[in-house]
Amino acid sequence: MDAAQREVLDSGDINRALSRIAHEILEKNKGVRDLVLLGIPTRGAHIAQRLAKAIADIEGVAIPVGTIDVTLHRDDLRSRPARALLPTVIPTSGIDGKKVVLVDDVLFSGRTIRAALDAMGELGRPSQVQLAVLVDRGHRELPIRADYVGKNLPTSLKEHVRVSIMETDGTDSVSISGTPASGGE
Amino acid sequence: MKRHLLSASDLSYEDAILILDTAEELAKLVDGPVKKLPTLRGRTIVNLFYEDSTRTRISFEAAAKRLSADVINFTAKGSSVSKGESLKDTALTLQAMGADAVIVRHSASGAAHQLAASGWIAGSVINAGDGTHEHPSQALLDAFTMRRHLRDSKGDLAGVRVTIVGDVLHSRVARSNVLLLATLGAEVTLVAPPTLMPFGVEQWPCDISYDLDRVLPRTEALMMLRVQGERMNNAFFPSMREYSRGYGLDDKRASALSPEAIVMHPGPMNRGLEISAGAADGLRSVIVEQVANGVSVRMAILYLLLGGASIEEVSL
Amino acid sequence: MSGYLLRGVSVLGEQKVDVLIDGGIISEVSKKPLAPTGVRTIDCDGLIAMPGLVDLHTHLREPGREDSETVESGSAAAALGGFVAIHAMANTNPVADTAGVVEQVYRLGREAGWCDVRPVGAVTVGLHGTQLAELAAMAHSAAHVRVFSDDGKCVADPILMRRALEYVKAFDGVIAQHAQEPRLTEDAQMNEGFVSSQLGLRGWPAVAEESIISRDVLLAEHVGSRLHVCHVSTAGSVEIVRWAKSRGVMVTAEVTPHHLLLTDELARSYDPRYKVNPPLRRDEDVQALRQGLADGTIDAVATDHAPHPLEDKECEWSSAAFGMIGLQSALSVVQTAMIETGLMTWSEVSDRMSTRPARIGSLRDHGRPIAVGEPAHVVLVDPRGKSVFTLEGNASKSRNSPFLGMELHGRIEATFLRGRATVLDGKLAG
Repeated sequence: MDAAQREVLDSGDINRALSRIAHEILEKNKGVRDLVLLGIPTRGAHIAQRLAKAIADIEGVAIPVGTIDVTLHRDDLRSRPARALLPTVIPTSGIDGKKVVLVDDVLFSGRTIRAALDAMGELGRPSQVQLAVLVDRGHRELPIRADYVGKNLPTSLKEHVRVSIMETDGTDSVSISGTPASGGE
Repeated sequence: MKRHLLSASDLSYEDAILILDTAEELAKLVDGPVKKLPTLRGRTIVNLFYEDSTRTRISFEAAAKRLSADVINFTAKGSSVSKGESLKDTALTLQAMGADAVIVRHSASGAAHQLAASGWIAGSVINAGDGTHEHPSQALLDAFTMRRHLRDSKGDLAGVRVTIVGDVLHSRVARSNVLLLATLGAEVTLVAPPTLMPFGVEQWPCDISYDLDRVLPRTEALMMLRVQGERMNNAFFPSMREYSRGYGLDDKRASALSPEAIVMHPGPMNRGLEISAGAADGLRSVIVEQVANGVSVRMAILYLLLGGASIEEVSL
Repeated sequence: MSGYLLRGVSVLGEQKVDVLIDGGIISEVSKKPLAPTGVRTIDCDGLIAMPGLVDLHTHLREPGREDSETVESGSAAAALGGFVAIHAMANTNPVADTAGVVEQVYRLGREAGWCDVRPVGAVTVGLHGTQLAELAAMAHSAAHVRVFSDDGKCVADPILMRRALEYVKAFDGVIAQHAQEPRLTEDAQMNEGFVSSQLGLRGWPAVAEESIISRDVLLAEHVGSRLHVCHVSTAGSVEIVRWAKSRGVMVTAEVTPHHLLLTDELARSYDPRYKVNPPLRRDEDVQALRQGLADGTIDAVATDHAPHPLEDKECEWSSAAFGMIGLQSALSVVQTAMIETGLMTWSEVSDRMSTRPARIGSLRDHGRPIAVGEPAHVVLVDPRGKSVFTLEGNASKSRNSPFLGMELHGRIEATFLRGRATVLDGKLAG
């Protein structure tokens, strides 16, 4: 990559952050009862799987994990050609009355999370919705905040945050580059 | 993807797979609790039907409404079309109404092409069947159905042996299927009496046969086409009975199919003519499923053509 | 000034000469520069002079459909295309099946004055194909009809065709057959072949044309009559005509400019401008037609100029009217298809577009060489020029041309009818 790119989290940092979030989720919810993790594809879905594994390692119980694609609920569909849909997989136990933790890689404007909340509204009525993100880079456009944050990254709007994870990118890393670019969130 | 869907030949391999994959995701949503998605809110879709086809019209209408689009039905019956208004004037009217897409069914081959090429309307044109030319959304839902049963809903249809039987000459379903199935790698055999094969068919990307019984045992997907009785009057075949004997799917022929094979029909069926009641309702029949899949596939088409930015919007 | 001096003109591509046109005839042809007085001199550097063109096959739509063409507008388009004589087909409304109608068309042509308009008489009453029209009355009328045709419809009944062929021998007439077996072409939309199979348009098979031509050449041989075959469009038709001529049958044939250049692939656009009868055929057919025209099997190029109002072409293909206009683009298309490909010389083009059509139509005053004492029917062509056929330059009342907007070889500079310029500098000379 270009020289302007600097790594802010390496593989070890990411593992530690996810491990901490797993503990925080258990602490806040007083265990695994009624917990469901829903990852936002693509990277959020993999991160949700890792969190579930971390929770299972701690508690010795597997919790339901699913994915929720927000594409059809986005409010910026008309800014680009139509995108391919990504899988939505709701655990068989459903989400009604559950405590759902939405999982994504980067929290930025908050619009993806709003779309996820809308998408979830079609699928059921959780008793609570919480939000876990690996990185919060600020610049919110909606009144949304995360319950669990791996790392707060103060950024300028011209900067670009790039999250790489093993499952999709072959490496675990979060980096910032100064060159404005598209995508990445 | 191109802006319009006029012919199955408009679809590249990647386009076709994208539509099938998208339809698969949408099918999962609408088969579950989700009845309506906000994706096409504020978009106007016109069903412009010059020919009676309740099935196709309501399938597109259901697809559009599940994506929250506004749907206007414009049918020849009871509209100015029956008073002789030209395709051009109708198109200009629809344009004035701000149609984002026009789904057109017409008895004249090429009507959808003409609408798309004319400059009379700015929106996307989707061919819902034009004369004896094409019916690409039907071919997509057929491919979707085959993929579900024969390829576990994934990838293409490479090597799938498809047999299409009946009035190929007058069938827009056959034309679109042959093109799309070739794109997806299937091996298609057309079976019909020679009088119902188009002149020039040997240049199509498929095999032809006049002997259904020889083709049946190796068939994985069998598609029976509707045969109209009036064809008899133009000497395409001597009698309905003779046609049925040679090219109808009766119970005996159905049992010659392999147990994994599927039986398809684009509808509406002539039971007892091209297909027996036993075959139509039998275990191998996926005919009812085709109808349900039609909605998912048409949702995918509408989403992919209209869900994103139009060409003009991207260039802004 | 009554006369014209064509300075340094190349007659049919030969050596440059000076040609003096005066008193309606060609009064001098000289390799040395001429210096007459009281005539207008036209600098013909780079131009070719040909005998004025004769069209055997024009639809003028008057009487009946004056909204799409009149004798006046159609003959003006003809003059711009280099024509000095055209044959107006009989499928007007009323049909030109009586002396009264043919005389009306003839008179309208004379009044317009752009070229000689020779009416074609209908073979059967109302083109219905059941009863012979009064052919002799038309032949002996002021219009001097010699060509009879039900064009647009085929004289399908073999006994009626036989009688017509026999009957016109009395006044040296000729039956021009529109060869189309009607049952084989019911609701036909385009050439039957691979393209039609893909487009889902009802096919117009080559055999529907070839079977009628085969029958007619045998009939003509049997009764010893003259037969002219309109707009042959298939390789098979060329073969049949070639065979008939080799047997001594008195058969002549024409081909349209569009069948020399365009193929059925164009129908893929579903643009009804490409809908024509007979339909555009395959490339193999185009090549065979070019070959047939070059070797003389096909005698003439005839335009089949067929004007239609816009609304009859701005509609679904299957509802659209058959036909293309073609008078103004004809010579350019022929140059593009035949001269630029090296298949024919200008002298041969002149033979197929002037000499032979005049002979087939029994026009003694036309198709004459550019020689002293001959009537001054001359067209001046700039073969190196390019022309784009545009709406602005279109004199026809209709615009259904497949060549609109297309750049073609050659440009018509001037047309002279009996020594009078009908076109100068590529424009009508009123």
